[in-house]
Amino acid sequence: MIAETGHYALILALGVAIVQMVLPIIGTRLRDPQLTAVAVPAAQAEFILIFIAFIALMTAYVTSDFSVANVWQNSHSAKPLLYKISGVWGNHEGSMVLWVLILALFGAAVATFGTNLPRQLQANVLAVQGSIAVAFLLFIVITSNPFARLNPAPFDGQGLNPVLQDPALAFHPPFLYAGYVGFSMAFSFAVAALIDGRIDAAWARWVRPWTLAAWMCLTLGIAMGSWWAYYELGWGGFWFWDPVENASFMPWLAGTALLHSALVMEKRDALKVWTILLAIITFSLSLMGTFLVRSGVLTSVHAFAVDPARGVFILAIMGVFIGGALALFAWRAPLLSQGGLFAPISREGALVLNNLLLTVACAAVLVGTLYPLALEAITGEKISVGAPFFNLTFVPLIVPLLIAMPFGPLLAWKRGDLLAAAQRLMAAAIVALAVMILVLAFNQKGPWLAPLGIGLGIWLIMGAATDLAYRVKLFDASGSETLRRLRNLPRAAFGGVMAHAGVGLMVIGLVATTAWRSERIEALAPGGPLDIAGYHLVFAGVAPRQGPNYSERVGMFEVTRGGSPVTELMPSKRAFAVEKNTTTEAGIHNSWRGDLYVVLGDELKDGAYSVRVYFNPLVRLIWIGALVMFFGGAVSLSDRRLRVGAPKRAEPKAATATAGK
Amino acid sequence: MTRKQRRGVLIGTCLVVLGVAVGLVLYAMRGSIVFFYGPSDVAEMTVRQGQRFRLGGLVETGSVARGDGTTVRFVITDGAKTLPVTFTGVLPDLFREGQGVVAEGTLEPDGVFHADNVLAKHDENYMPPEVAAKLKEQGVWQGDAGAEAPSATN
Repeated sequence: MIAETGHYALILALGVAIVQMVLPIIGTRLRDPQLTAVAVPAAQAEFILIFIAFIALMTAYVTSDFSVANVWQNSHSAKPLLYKISGVWGNHEGSMVLWVLILALFGAAVATFGTNLPRQLQANVLAVQGSIAVAFLLFIVITSNPFARLNPAPFDGQGLNPVLQDPALAFHPPFLYAGYVGFSMAFSFAVAALIDGRIDAAWARWVRPWTLAAWMCLTLGIAMGSWWAYYELGWGGFWFWDPVENASFMPWLAGTALLHSALVMEKRDALKVWTILLAIITFSLSLMGTFLVRSGVLTSVHAFAVDPARGVFILAIMGVFIGGALALFAWRAPLLSQGGLFAPISREGALVLNNLLLTVACAAVLVGTLYPLALEAITGEKISVGAPFFNLTFVPLIVPLLIAMPFGPLLAWKRGDLLAAAQRLMAAAIVALAVMILVLAFNQKGPWLAPLGIGLGIWLIMGAATDLAYRVKLFDASGSETLRRLRNLPRAAFGGVMAHAGVGLMVIGLVATTAWRSERIEALAPGGPLDIAGYHLVFAGVAPRQGPNYSERVGMFEVTRGGSPVTELMPSKRAFAVEKNTTTEAGIHNSWRGDLYVVLGDELKDGAYSVRVYFNPLVRLIWIGALVMFFGGAVSLSDRRLRVGAPKRAEPKAATATAGK
Repeated sequence: MTRKQRRGVLIGTCLVVLGVAVGLVLYAMRGSIVFFYGPSDVAEMTVRQGQRFRLGGLVETGSVARGDGTTVRFVITDGAKTLPVTFTGVLPDLFREGQGVVAEGTLEPDGVFHADNVLAKHDENYMPPEVAAKLKEQGVWQGDAGAEAPSATN
């Protein structure tokens, strides 16, 4: 009954979404305010209906209703509650329901809180959102019904892939999807502006908070995924340039570019056409991410669907939306007026450089991700493009961006003075150089690029600090004046400083871990010692243990450092009986110096075990950097300017007159 | 600066960055791409020594032998040809005899494939798609299996 309610709600939502797609567009064409106004309640109703469907599916999971095929395939009565809930989106059908739920949530938010938007723009935006919802609801209803019943109902379920039974991964997909789908807002606003044939600075101000929110979610989602891969997959890496990772990274790069170009548009009324195009590209990459992950063309933890019909359907959705939006762009973009002029050396110029490097780096990632697929389709030859390719292409493109980054915020709008900015950054450069030399002194054996990388990270952090210092006139004005300025500083400025410093932290973490990681693989008999990075480990042996839905063999390691005990690490191998699967749980000791990471391998001859131990210096900074970027976004989002919204554009007289009747 | 000159600077910068990017991509394509072969492919052609590639197939039943420390030797087969593999490190959780596996490394003069990375299936249904395709070519494929997560280890 509950499952049927959910299915029915989904179909109703499809109907409502069709209404939301069609009527407002007709309304704005005919200047009929009543038809136009349908958009708002339709978007709200659509959200409520999809929410009902989502709750129905979740109820089926929580109550372990195995008469629902989807629950039977992906759940088991012995699974902990958290993973029963996260199982809802741990599979193809359920994750698509989550996708449309988030889409509808964003739509409903625009309908409910977008009261300060011009009516016509709001109606067009909601209509475009409705059309995306129609496409994906059709996809779910036709090819991926999550509520399909089994008769007779099986006694128990098949369980969820054990590597996915993890707290970080339980929340990784919702954040990732909120990011992907959040960019649909920028897309809808862009298409609405093209339909309208006009766009202004206020448009950018409406788009920016949505893009920022999506970007924050995507940042957090990617960071969670990488953190999960780090501690769960058991080989100590945090980023593998796996096509699925790239699928989420490309929208992030494009979204970061969009965030910055929207800034130029809001402040200076320039780069309009480019911003519109970037909004379309960003969402197109999100759609492509969904396609790559969902179609089964890639094999990875994420490839749930291997049904070709689904792949073709998503490919069709992609074709319609990307092709349609680009065609509309080609047709309507020339109508958009060009705005403010600027010199090449200026804040705008710096942001153009940011956009150029980010999009080109994104294109390099795109080539590396799609080339193997294209080659296999054309010649049948199978290749894999891995980290070496991306290190040779992505890194050289992104490093100039990082070097230039601190200059951007110090340049004035319209016409900047590079020399003055360089003078202001002198202190930052000196600190970065000093650290670089210090690192070099301790690192005579290590890779020679490492000190440069650490110096780059310090340069970014100090650059962000310099930006803040000049904004509050630190040392230039009296202490009370500085405090006053600090209090009055817009939160968006703080957010920007934080996000840029976060990038610096992440760079330091990435460089330190990559350059100075130590790794030992040994056969250890119980009682056997192992030394790594100043730690002394003694293998105490292996003991069996029983978990809620698995049994495990736990290895025990006493860790000391300089004779004093540090911790006891217990890496294990878990065997999941229901899923007939094993996972490796690493034993990790966190400290500010870095992570000691121990993995228990196979049993060898004479009771010895193969043991892999890593020391990953400063690895935490990678995720702390991502968190700082996330909170920078949050601080920026709380800025009064974005909360209040843009000043209302005067509505056309005719529309107000008819509305008054 | 005139409007025209400004546009010139913009377009020039774009072209330079794009040119550099295209150059980097082409350069990286030549050196850092790893091909995928089965034992029969390796037998048919001459693989350049020291060239990294991925070797896929089934782990031959009864071929896994533990050496000193964490070194493991096994044989990868595609039904027609076989190739011995040596690997030092921790094998993935689901490395089993008779199951699909992908090893990455180089073929050394001793005729043994020295793997530094072994990827195995992640549940009982999984077969790396490259392996499935190679086995189909050799006619030893039995049934279609769903794809699940590959796990890797160094």
